[in-house]
Amino acid sequence: MASAKEEILQRIRNARVPAAPPVVRGYDRTGKGGVELFAERVADYRAIVHTVSDVPEALERLEGKRIVAPQDVPPEWLIDGVTWLHEPLSIDELDQADGVLTGCAVAIADTGTIVLDGGEAQGRRALTLLPDYHLCVVRADQIAASVPEALQRLEPTRPLTFISGPSATSDIELNRVEGVHGPRTLEVLIVT
Amino acid sequence: MARNPVTWLGSPTFPKAARAALQDTQLRQNLRKATGTIRGRRAAAVAEMTDWEQLRVAGEQIKDDVLARLDTLLLQLEESVTARGGVVHWARDAAEANRIVLDLCRAEDAREVVKVKSMATAEIGLNEALEAGGVHAIETDLAELIVQLGDDRPSHILVPAIHRNRSEIREIFQRRMGVEVSDEPADLAEAARVYLREKFLTTKVAISGANFAVADTGSIVVLESEGNGRMCLTLPETLITVMGIEKLVPTWQDLEVFLQLLPRSSTAERMNPYTSVWTGVTPGDGPQEFHLVLIDNGRTATLEDSVGRQALRCIRCSACLNVCPVYERTGGQSYGSVYPGPIGAILTPQLVGDMHDPQAASLPYASSLCGACFEVCPVRIDIPSVLTHLRAEAVEAKGRTAESVAMAAAAWIFGAASRYEKAQKAGSLARFLARDGRITSLPWPGSKWTSSRDVPAPPAESFRTWWRKNRG
Repeated sequence: MASAKEEILQRIRNARVPAAPPVVRGYDRTGKGGVELFAERVADYRAIVHTVSDVPEALERLEGKRIVAPQDVPPEWLIDGVTWLHEPLSIDELDQADGVLTGCAVAIADTGTIVLDGGEAQGRRALTLLPDYHLCVVRADQIAASVPEALQRLEPTRPLTFISGPSATSDIELNRVEGVHGPRTLEVLIVT
Repeated sequence: MARNPVTWLGSPTFPKAARAALQDTQLRQNLRKATGTIRGRRAAAVAEMTDWEQLRVAGEQIKDDVLARLDTLLLQLEESVTARGGVVHWARDAAEANRIVLDLCRAEDAREVVKVKSMATAEIGLNEALEAGGVHAIETDLAELIVQLGDDRPSHILVPAIHRNRSEIREIFQRRMGVEVSDEPADLAEAARVYLREKFLTTKVAISGANFAVADTGSIVVLESEGNGRMCLTLPETLITVMGIEKLVPTWQDLEVFLQLLPRSSTAERMNPYTSVWTGVTPGDGPQEFHLVLIDNGRTATLEDSVGRQALRCIRCSACLNVCPVYERTGGQSYGSVYPGPIGAILTPQLVGDMHDPQAASLPYASSLCGACFEVCPVRIDIPSVLTHLRAEAVEAKGRTAESVAMAAAAWIFGAASRYEKAQKAGSLARFLARDGRITSLPWPGSKWTSSRDVPAPPAESFRTWWRKNRG
């Protein structure tokens, strides 16, 4: 008897679907937006947005808190007055932290999205998921104008998380409510 | 062959189910409110895009290309996923897929698993199969949780509990979670957060669906809003993803089209709050064991139909449900399937693959053919054309019926002018049945027509008679 795989592949071939014409990419692949549009669109989704020039100064808002930070954040981000929590961290430790501070891989102006890829200053995915507050630092040069431009900058085989505002649901009468399982507060520092 | 669980066992045909649903004023109110809201918001989200039509065309073409090269692309996907430490399984039908997943759960000794909302697993009846095998599946999407705790059935692709309003949800939560909660959506969401938190932190096996799988990289993509998806995709040790074989895109670049089309079409957002992408296993980050179960379950049979196969382009956004006048009035459960609404009316009967099944064969009639579904479809599925195509198949499967006899008689009458004129004279006699110019009940076989609609009374004389008298 043929395996499920062989049988499915054979059925597909038997269907004799004719070849499709080449894909016409007539849509806009570049986009126009930059820092300003990104800030506006992130704020649209009830994230808190600040445009800053001095990151350590802006991080004073974390004073007195227990904040998770990936090992490789720039050393000047680790200001005094904050209890910094570093890996290895258990799920419970992450769950009980006041928040997490990270950088990002890419941001998207058109959609107000930040993308994490587990690279520099981002840590593994659980770090930005369990704490109820996420402070994300976005450099102006990390902002792509459009979705196509952002995807081009990303390495698809890394674990990616696209974040557009705090966690939300539209499941009750199709009304958007912010704050379900992911961080209920998302704060974004745009560094210019 | 076992029956396909894509339709619920014992469901009445669509007209019967719809007639019952139309009596439920609460349901109609809930649906009108919810679909009205989302329709307006989707229109605004789409109006913002100057290149929406070009995106739709590209979406259609990419998916058509996938269907044309499905065998090659699936093999490529398998190779990429395997190269990155994942294991790929193939399942011909629901029973085979369910057995694979149950065996994987048992191998991990899991009594409980957390689930991300997934149409594929709903289609194959995975939760019931797992339960029968001693594994309890916990739905973590808010709407799925409402359906699960309410011992209910889903009624919408995106928001399975769309038929429930806030006070009904409150009642379900209070009864099943044993907590006091108000009917404010924010409080209800908080109740779900607390209820599920412990499960997320301790459960070892998660089951998800997939919105897209990228053939050339092996990357799997899940779009969500609440963060329950991220929890399931990140914290457990083992992840099992079940997806239909048509959910592919050929390249990473192709996602740039769908990541723009899908959020605006489904939740009317520029981007949904969270999208997760993973490729096989990443050491030190997320589940260290990954299984991908590819299911056919009627898809290859659908692929054989040159008109019907476009239903396989569907990306499950549910925009067609929200604009459908029939769906808005009858609700999703009348369709007797996890795929309701216009897309359900063409996808479900094709997955069932048996037009002798009266319930499945009734679904292509669940439409007024107004065409709103085609207009909003982000991958340009011509739903009205597929509906009429499937109606023809349903008629053919039925063989000689009152309708086909009537049609044959009509052909004979229209075949000769003299016969036609005599028939018209006979028809004008029907005036005696009319009140206020309407006929509400005709004798058989006309009763088949008037059981669901009135007929205007025919005029006293036909146009032909009048013409001969006045102009002839």
